[in-house]
Amino acid sequence: MNAMTLAAGSGIAALAAAAGAGLLRGHLQRSALCLFLGISGLLSASAGLVGLLTSTASLILPLGLPWLPMHFRIDGLAAFFLLVIGALLVPVAIYSQGYLKGYQGRMDALAVFLPLFVIGMQGVVLANDAFAFMLFWELMSISSYFLVTFEHENLENRKAGFIYLLMAHLAGLLILGAFAVLYASGGSFEFSAMRAADISSFWASVAFLLAAFGFGTKAGAVPMHGWLPDAHPVAPSNVSALMSGIMLKVAIFGFVRVTWDLIGSGDFQWWWGAVVLAAGASSAVFGVLFALQQHDLKRLLAYHSIENIGIILIGLGLSMLLAHFGHPMLAALGLIAGLYHTINHALFKGLLFMGAGAVLHAAGTRDMESMGGLVHRMPATALFFLIASISISALPPFNGFVSEWLTFQTALMSPQLGGALLTAIVPFSAAMLALAGALAAACFVKVFGIVFLGHARSEAAASAHEVDAWMKVGMAIPAFFCLLLGLLPVLFVPLLDVIPRNLLDVSLAAHVHEHGWLWLSPVDVSHASYSAPVALAGMLTIGGLAFWWLHPKGSTVRRGSIWSCGNPHLNARMQYTATSFSQPLRRIFGGILQPDEHAHIERPAHKLLSQKVRHAVHVADPVVNRLHRPLADAVLTLAHAVQKEHQRGIHAYLAWTFATVLVLLAVFT
Amino acid sequence: MSMSLVQQLVDGLAALMLLVSFALLAQHRLLSVLHWFAAQGVLLAVTATIVAYGTGNHELYISAVMTFLLKGLLLPWLLWHVIKRLHVHREVEPLVNLTLTMLIALGITLFSFHIIQPIEKISESLTSDSMAIATACVLLGMLMMITRRKAITQVIGFLAVENSLFFAAIGSTNGMPLVVEIGIAFDVLIAALIFGLFFFQIRTTFDSLEVDAMHAALQDREDEA
Amino acid sequence: MSGTSLFLQIAQAVVLVLFAPIAAGVVSTAKARLQNRRGAGVLQPWRNLIKLFGKQVVLAENASWIFRFAPYVVFTATIMAASCVPPLLVHTPLSLTADVIALVALLALARFFLALAGMDIGTAFGGMGASREMTFSALAEPAMLMSVFVLSIGAQSTNLTTMISHTLNTPIVLQPSLAFALVAMLMVAVAENGRIPVDNPTTHLELTMIHEAMILEYSGRHLALMEWAAMIKLTLFATLIIDLFLPWGISIDASLAGVAMGLVAWLLKLIGFLLGLSLVETYLAKLRLFEVPEFLSTAFVIAFLGLLTHYMLEIGT
Repeated sequence: MNAMTLAAGSGIAALAAAAGAGLLRGHLQRSALCLFLGISGLLSASAGLVGLLTSTASLILPLGLPWLPMHFRIDGLAAFFLLVIGALLVPVAIYSQGYLKGYQGRMDALAVFLPLFVIGMQGVVLANDAFAFMLFWELMSISSYFLVTFEHENLENRKAGFIYLLMAHLAGLLILGAFAVLYASGGSFEFSAMRAADISSFWASVAFLLAAFGFGTKAGAVPMHGWLPDAHPVAPSNVSALMSGIMLKVAIFGFVRVTWDLIGSGDFQWWWGAVVLAAGASSAVFGVLFALQQHDLKRLLAYHSIENIGIILIGLGLSMLLAHFGHPMLAALGLIAGLYHTINHALFKGLLFMGAGAVLHAAGTRDMESMGGLVHRMPATALFFLIASISISALPPFNGFVSEWLTFQTALMSPQLGGALLTAIVPFSAAMLALAGALAAACFVKVFGIVFLGHARSEAAASAHEVDAWMKVGMAIPAFFCLLLGLLPVLFVPLLDVIPRNLLDVSLAAHVHEHGWLWLSPVDVSHASYSAPVALAGMLTIGGLAFWWLHPKGSTVRRGSIWSCGNPHLNARMQYTATSFSQPLRRIFGGILQPDEHAHIERPAHKLLSQKVRHAVHVADPVVNRLHRPLADAVLTLAHAVQKEHQRGIHAYLAWTFATVLVLLAVFT
Repeated sequence: MSMSLVQQLVDGLAALMLLVSFALLAQHRLLSVLHWFAAQGVLLAVTATIVAYGTGNHELYISAVMTFLLKGLLLPWLLWHVIKRLHVHREVEPLVNLTLTMLIALGITLFSFHIIQPIEKISESLTSDSMAIATACVLLGMLMMITRRKAITQVIGFLAVENSLFFAAIGSTNGMPLVVEIGIAFDVLIAALIFGLFFFQIRTTFDSLEVDAMHAALQDREDEA
Repeated sequence: MSGTSLFLQIAQAVVLVLFAPIAAGVVSTAKARLQNRRGAGVLQPWRNLIKLFGKQVVLAENASWIFRFAPYVVFTATIMAASCVPPLLVHTPLSLTADVIALVALLALARFFLALAGMDIGTAFGGMGASREMTFSALAEPAMLMSVFVLSIGAQSTNLTTMISHTLNTPIVLQPSLAFALVAMLMVAVAENGRIPVDNPTTHLELTMIHEAMILEYSGRHLALMEWAAMIKLTLFATLIIDLFLPWGISIDASLAGVAMGLVAWLLKLIGFLLGLSLVETYLAKLRLFEVPEFLSTAFVIAFLGLLTHYMLEIGT
C-alpha cells in the first residue's frame, strides 16, 4: 500500500479517536480512545516503514486557504519521524487503556485533546508548505497546553502551563519568522519553491538563527529549556511520555527540515555547526547535572530529556560542521547518529515515563524520597524500568549505546577543520558527551537504586502493587525495541540511509555492514567496529558457564540479617537518599548548580550534644531564574500596562486611534 | 619523517614547558610551586643547549649554563630562603578554585594557539612550532599572577613569564645576542633580590604577605591619616 | 575467521583471566616487601578465590534478584572487555566485536550493576560506595576518552588491532602528545581500579572507601566473582596501556614462536607495570575524597594538552 494512504489513514484514525472520546462516556470512551490511537500509531509506523523503503509520495488536499491548498509529502525524513511517532504511540495507547482507569469520568478534556495533539504532530511531519506546517504546529502546541494543564486545580500546574504557552508561542513566532525569510527568497509558501530558491548567505544565516532558536525552544535546548522541567511532570504520565518522547523530536524534525532541506546543506556556514554543537554540549551536561539534583521522579526525567536533546544536537552539529568543510560521508554519519538517537530516546524515554507513571500510581507521590524496595512488589515494572535505565545510560548491548557510539565515531574521525579553536571544539564536545553519558549512568543508578532497591521509605511504597496487564504490555513493547535496536543496528542504519541520500547526496549503506551482518562499521572496518550480538552471545556464554560451574547440586543459599556494624535497630531512614546520593556531585559542580543549603542543628543540652539536625537543600535552575522569569514578568508587566490603558475609557481609546492615524499618515506620505 | 631529531627534541621540550606551566598552576603547596619553577629553569637550560647544538650557535651554550645556574639554582634557592625565613610555606591560596583555573588555562592555551597559527605559517626558523606554546606559557604565568593571593606566588608567576619570554626568544630567533641576554639575566636577578628585600620589609610593616591584607592595611592607615 | 585464530583468541583471553589473580598477588607482595613485610606470596589471591568459591552464600534478608544477578553481569562484562584486549597476538577475529569505546562501555556496564548491587541492601555503606563510584567514574570518563582520542587521531581508528599495528609500523618518533596521553591514561587507570591515591583496596571499614563499600554484603561465590572481576580489570587496564603505548614484542602472526615471544614480552612488561604500581602505592598517601575530582580534572587537562600539542607540533610539519 502507498505510504500516503497509510499516513492519511493514521490521521483519520486519530480523528476517530477524538470523535469517539467526545461522543462516548465511561469505559467505552477510554476503550475507543486507546483503540483508535493504537490503530493510528500502527498506521503511522507502517506509513513510515513503507515511506523509508519506497520513493517520495505527495498529496494535495483542497483544504485551508482558497489560494493555497494544503500540501503533504512523505520523503525519507518525514517517513522516519512518522515511524518514531508510531513506534511510541502504539505502546502508549495500550498503556493508556490501563493507566486512564484512574481518570475515568473526569477525562473528557484529556480524551479529546490527546488525539488532536497526535494529529498535530503527524501533520507537522507531513506538511509540505509553510502554512500547513504552522497550522499543525500550533494545533500541537495548543492541544498540549490543555494536556499540561489538565489537572488545573493545582496552582503549580497552571503556572507551568502559562510558561509553557508563552515559550511555545515565542517559538512559533521565531519559526514563522524563519518561514517569512524563506518565503521572501522562494516567492511561495510551498516547500518545493523554498528548496529550489537560491538564498543569499546573510538571509540564510538569519533564517538559520530564527529556526535554531524557534525549534531549539520547543526542543528544550539550553538556554531555552526553562518551560520543560515544569511542564512535563505535571501532565499525566502517558501524556508526558508522548511529549518527551515525540513532541521534542518533532521540533528536531522541524530543525532538520528547515536547515538541511529548505535552506540546504550547501549553504551551511562554518559557525552554524559550532553554534549547534555548543548548544548540544551544554544541553547535555547541564541537563544531566540538574537531573541528578532532582528528587521528583518526573522532573528528573524531564531534565534528562534536555540532556538527550543535547546528545542529538551534538550529532547534528558535527554533521553541519563536516558538511561545511566538505566531508559528506562523515556528515551523513553524524546525521544518522543524531537521528538514531532520536528514535532511541523516543523509545526509552517513553518507557521511563510509563514506568514512572506505574510507580506514581503505586506509591501515590512523585517524590523519590518516599519510595524504595519496589523491585519486590513490582517485579515486571522494575525489569522494564531497568532496561530503559541501561539504555539511557548508553550501556551495551542496548540502543542508547549504539547512537552515542556513532556520535563518538563521527567526532573521532573528524579531520582537522579550519583553525585551532574549531579543531578543538570537536573533541571537547565529544568529551562533554562522555561526561554526560557517565553522569547519566550515575543518575540512573540513583533512580533505580532509590525507587526500586533498598527498603520502602513510606507506607504507600511498602504496600505497593504491580500494575495491570495493559500497562505491562505497553511497557514491554518499547523495552523489546530498546534491545532490538541495540542488537541489530546493522539492519536499521541502512533503513535510514535514504535521509542522507536526499539531504547530502551520499550513501552510507554500503559501508555499514561490509564485514558481515554481525558487525557495525560506520565507515570502514579497520576504523572501528562494534558487534552487539557477538558481545551479548559472549557474555551469555561466559555467564552461563560461570553459573553452571558455580551451582552444583545441593548448593543452597542462606538468608541472614543485614550487617549493621553492631547496631541492632536499622531502619529505612538510615539508607542513602536521593539527596545524599548526589551530594558529591553537588559539591564538585557547586559553581554551576549553586545549591541553597541550610543545616540547622539543635543542641538544647550542651553545645557538643546535637539532638536534632535539619538539613535542607534546594537547587534552582539558574536559567529559569535569570532568563525566563524576567521574560515572563516583562510580558505580564506589559499586559498590565495595556490593561490600565484599557480602563481609561473612551477618550483614551479615541486618542490612541487618533495617534495611530497620525503615525500612519506620517509614514505613508 | 622529515623532522630531524633536534626538531623533535625541541618540540618535546616545548610540550614539557607547557606541562610545567600547568603544573605551576595546579600546585597546592608553595614548596611544590618552587620545585616546578626550578624544573622550568632546568628545562630552559636544556632547550638552550639543544638549540645551540642544532644551530651551531656557540654563544647559546654560555647562556644555557647561565640559565641553569641562575634560573635552575640561584633564584629557586633565593625564594626558598625567603619562604623559610618568612614561614609562609603553607598552602597556596588561590582566588579561583584550582579546577576552574585549569579549565581557564586550557581555554587560554587554545586561544594562543588560535592567535599564533597564522604567524607560524610565515616563520621558518627551527623551532617555530614552539612559538604558540611560548605564548601560551606567558599568558599562563600572567594567569598565575592574577589568581593567587600570596605575593610570593605572584613573583613566581612574574618569573615564569620571564622564563617563557626567554623560551620564545630561543625558539623564534635562535637566541638573542649574548650581551642582551646577560643584561636581562642580571635584571631578573636584581629584580628577584629586590623582591626578596621587599618581602622582609613588607612583612615587618604589614604582618602579612597577602596582597589583600596589604591593601586593607593601607586603607586603614589612610583613614587614620 | 579460521578455527586456529579463534582458538588463539580465546586462549589469550583465558591466559589474561587466569593470570589476573597472580597479578594482584604480585602487587600485594611487592608492596609488602617495600614495607619490610614478607607478604603472603603471589598465589594468595588464587587461594582466597578458591576458598570463597567453596563457601556457602549468605544473603541479606531483603536482597533482590538484582543482588544475585549483579556478580554474574560484572564478571562476564569484565571478561568480555578483557577478551577484546590482546595481550599476545595482534590480529584476532573477535577484536572487531568492540573497539576502545565499546570496551569502556562494557566496563561501565559492569560498574552500573556493581553500584546497583551496592544500593540493593539499603545500608548507608552501599549507597555511599555507589554514589562515590559513579561520581568519580563519571569524572574519569572524559579524561579516558580524551587520551584515547589522542591515540586514535594518529591511527585514524579506534580499533585496538589497527591502533597497535599503527604504532608498530610507524618509525619511532618523539611524540610529546603520546606522553601526555600516557600520563592521563595512567591517572585514569589508577582511579578506575580504585588504587591509591584514589581509593585504598586494602581497607574494609573506612569512611572514605569506595569499591569495598559496595561489595560489603557479598559472600561466597558472589564475592569471589566480584573480587576476581576487580583483578581482571586491573590486568586489563595494564594490558591496554601496554598495548597502546608499548606494543613492541606482541606477536603479529599466529606462529608458535611468535606467540611464545609475545607471552614473555607481555609478562615482563606487565610485571614491570605492577612493580611500578606498588612503588607508587607505597610512596603516595591516599588523597582526601574531594581532592579526587581535582586529580581527575588534571588528568583531563593533561589529555587535552596532549591533543593540542598533537595538533600544534605533530601535524603540519
